[in-house]
Amino acid sequence: MKTTLDVTRRGFVVGGASAGFMLGMGLPLGDRLGAHAQTGFPDEINAWVVIQPDETVVIRIARSEMGQGTLTGLAQLVAEELECDWANVTTEYPTPATNLERGRVWQSMSTGGSRGIRESEQYVREGGAAARQMLIQAAADAWGVDASECTAAKGVISHEGSGQSTTYGQVAEAAAKLEVPSGIPLKDPKDWTIAGQPLKRLDTRDKLTGKQIYGADIKLPGMLNAAIRQCPIFEGKLASFDAAEVKNMPGVKHVVQVGDDAVAVVAERWWQAKTALDALPIEWDGGEHANLTSAEIAAFVEEGLDAEDAITGNTVGDAKAAIAAAASTVEAVYAYPFQHHATMEPMNATALWTEDRCEVWCPTQNGEAALAAAAEAAGLPPQQCEVYKYHLGGGFGRRGAVHDYVRQAVLIAQNVPGTPVKLLWTREEDMAHGAYHPITRAKMTAGLNEAGEITGLHVRIAGQSILAGLMPQRLQDGMDPVTFQCLAAEGDHALAYTFPNFLADHAMRNPPVRPGFWRGVNANQNAIYMECFIDEVAHAAGKDPLDFRMSMLGNHPKNAAVLKAVAERAGWGTPAPDGIFRGLAQCSAFGSHLAACAEISVTDGNLKIHRIVAATDSGHAVNPQQIEAQVEGSFVYGLSAMLYGECTVADGRIEQANFDTYPVMHIDEMPEVETIVMPSGGFWGGVGEPTIAVAAPAVLNALFAATGKRVRSFPLKHHDLSA
Amino acid sequence: MATIKVNGETHEVDAEGSTPLLWVLREHLDLTGSKYGCGIAACGACTVHINGEAQRSCVLPLDAVAETDEITTIEGLSADGSHPVQQAWLELDVPQCGYCQAGMIMAAAALLEQTPEPTDDDIDASMTNICRCGTYRRVRAGIHHAAKMKA
Repeated sequence: MKTTLDVTRRGFVVGGASAGFMLGMGLPLGDRLGAHAQTGFPDEINAWVVIQPDETVVIRIARSEMGQGTLTGLAQLVAEELECDWANVTTEYPTPATNLERGRVWQSMSTGGSRGIRESEQYVREGGAAARQMLIQAAADAWGVDASECTAAKGVISHEGSGQSTTYGQVAEAAAKLEVPSGIPLKDPKDWTIAGQPLKRLDTRDKLTGKQIYGADIKLPGMLNAAIRQCPIFEGKLASFDAAEVKNMPGVKHVVQVGDDAVAVVAERWWQAKTALDALPIEWDGGEHANLTSAEIAAFVEEGLDAEDAITGNTVGDAKAAIAAAASTVEAVYAYPFQHHATMEPMNATALWTEDRCEVWCPTQNGEAALAAAAEAAGLPPQQCEVYKYHLGGGFGRRGAVHDYVRQAVLIAQNVPGTPVKLLWTREEDMAHGAYHPITRAKMTAGLNEAGEITGLHVRIAGQSILAGLMPQRLQDGMDPVTFQCLAAEGDHALAYTFPNFLADHAMRNPPVRPGFWRGVNANQNAIYMECFIDEVAHAAGKDPLDFRMSMLGNHPKNAAVLKAVAERAGWGTPAPDGIFRGLAQCSAFGSHLAACAEISVTDGNLKIHRIVAATDSGHAVNPQQIEAQVEGSFVYGLSAMLYGECTVADGRIEQANFDTYPVMHIDEMPEVETIVMPSGGFWGGVGEPTIAVAAPAVLNALFAATGKRVRSFPLKHHDLSA
Repeated sequence: MATIKVNGETHEVDAEGSTPLLWVLREHLDLTGSKYGCGIAACGACTVHINGEAQRSCVLPLDAVAETDEITTIEGLSADGSHPVQQAWLELDVPQCGYCQAGMIMAAAALLEQTPEPTDDDIDASMTNICRCGTYRRVRAGIHHAAKMKA
């Protein structure tokens, strides 16, 4: 059992890191595992709830907090059903190995696809409700009354008939001994008092004082530090390195090969490791892609625009025939580049390896995937491994499906059994070894009738498949459903219009650049393709962009509602201030319905985004003020991508190296954002990503209104807006 | 051995003179609140105060720090998180992932020292820190709020 080691860990982590192990989130799980090693988990009510004698309510959070607020939202859902006092709530991460050991009692730890809340809301609320029922039962048992006569509110249980009352803390020990009930009815969201409220985040305070420990900050006793350089050429290998050149540099302990494509310097301190690595002579074996360029990749991808080998993702009627028979047609080709996640905290992991045990401390969007990566690299079964999760300094999809940094840390640690090693990538390493937003092109073709209505629409996507690159086993007969986000027949990313004839197909072209899930994923560029093109068609048909969209939204009332909301708030149809131009966009993504209206101006070729009104219908709104934060953040992420985001390839490697060559938005470019949170109930949609999809097209359509220019290739920085 | 003064305390540091102050703070003094984000003074996650001025510690070699320089890190901005910028950040729930926020707060605190009632243009000009989560709107609101609290 891991108990002994967990206890060891408690004394093992020093300095600020002791708080880090706890993640500022209540007591470490390991403590209780240690204290009750023989008897199980007597002070947990159930897997989700621990009540301490001092009334502290520890809510277990299986998903990862990376800024998106899921930690607070999930705690609100549990607390709502638990009927505890929110002021007493704290949280902790159960560990991935404990999850395995307990039959995945916390289910998935994956934190991506804006699924943190919407995928787990049912069972976390059930967990809170079951715990409440057990606490009430324990009190009723003590009083010798029927539990149905007792009520609970704010952590206090009362029996009206006898006038008795007690607290959760007082009955927790007895409650923990009861069977966990099932089938407890959940509250109607209209009765929520904790969920649905704009509560403050639970994880803010330590982020203001420097106390919050991230993976990059971990310090363990005797820990060494590693800096790594992986072959910068795609699929290239390490040929040789000359360790003797740096062995005597300050602090250097080891120079080690890592797998077949990387070398690391292990030193007392990271700066020493990094300094020595910079001085280390390294030869690479570039392999077959050593001369690859962006131009070659573009040609390879663009060939797919008219290729015969396309895979159908969604088809309604006969789009090609409708277009062929149309009174007029509109066609446009769009292009979207590779982009980098650029999390503020570079990739890092700390590993401690011995022959029969491997432990990893790291930021991860999926603790179980990190555990699997650690186990594989360690050559040990997962049961002999453990991962301690830390709040992420940004995730955006980079730390979910790809745990290369965990694998590397373990491989390095194998060189120094029993000594923990922290691997921290430089920003340059991070830029060179991303899991890049996939590159695609789209040929959009619309057929119109005499009345200017779309009779057929063909969306041909050419380019990279994320699933083919990362998890080909998830392809569906060769089709990557993720490619068709915002174009699909149904589901989270259903096409948000009705066309009489429609075809979305994909000519898959996979260059040797590792793709990844990138905040908003393929909704980003697919919404640009669709929403900018719809604007083009509206213009060609001489119709108002709002009216034109609305005419195709009859079967999509939720989409119509968000679009109408932003149009009204922004004053669509009324004159904009002098020099200000408006643009619209709408779509469905990650199970939610989104719309935006942007107001921009262009002066001497310089774009200024003044204001964006955004509307989100995510079904339920667990924390409206955090939804606002995610909408604002989505605009920064999406507009950074549209304005600047581009990774180019030369000599078989990514050319951008740091924020000087991979610029992102700063505060001076931040528009006013007005967020309309309009949950319509009856479904659970995502929040962290979907709004990104409407950011860029709303601005681009406003840009057209201002300049008459259709920008169809990105980023915008390459376009001269002055001419 | 170099002598530096951080958060009011004097430290003897055994580090190469070329070591950036950031890594002296993080690795020698265990002050990990200042973050590594880029190493080229582009992102501002490493921002500290030196004699009251916001500086990017990731490119400042230890050699360039004088014994008399008063270095303040996020850990020393206030004893208990009570600095008006920290309080404003708490009230407005500014951070998301939080990784950039120590630098953001230090930059904002330095701005308010020099310009107690900054305009939006002042904020645009001086707040050049990068936040990938996109907290900029609340950062701006937080600075205005902190200015009011200080007034």
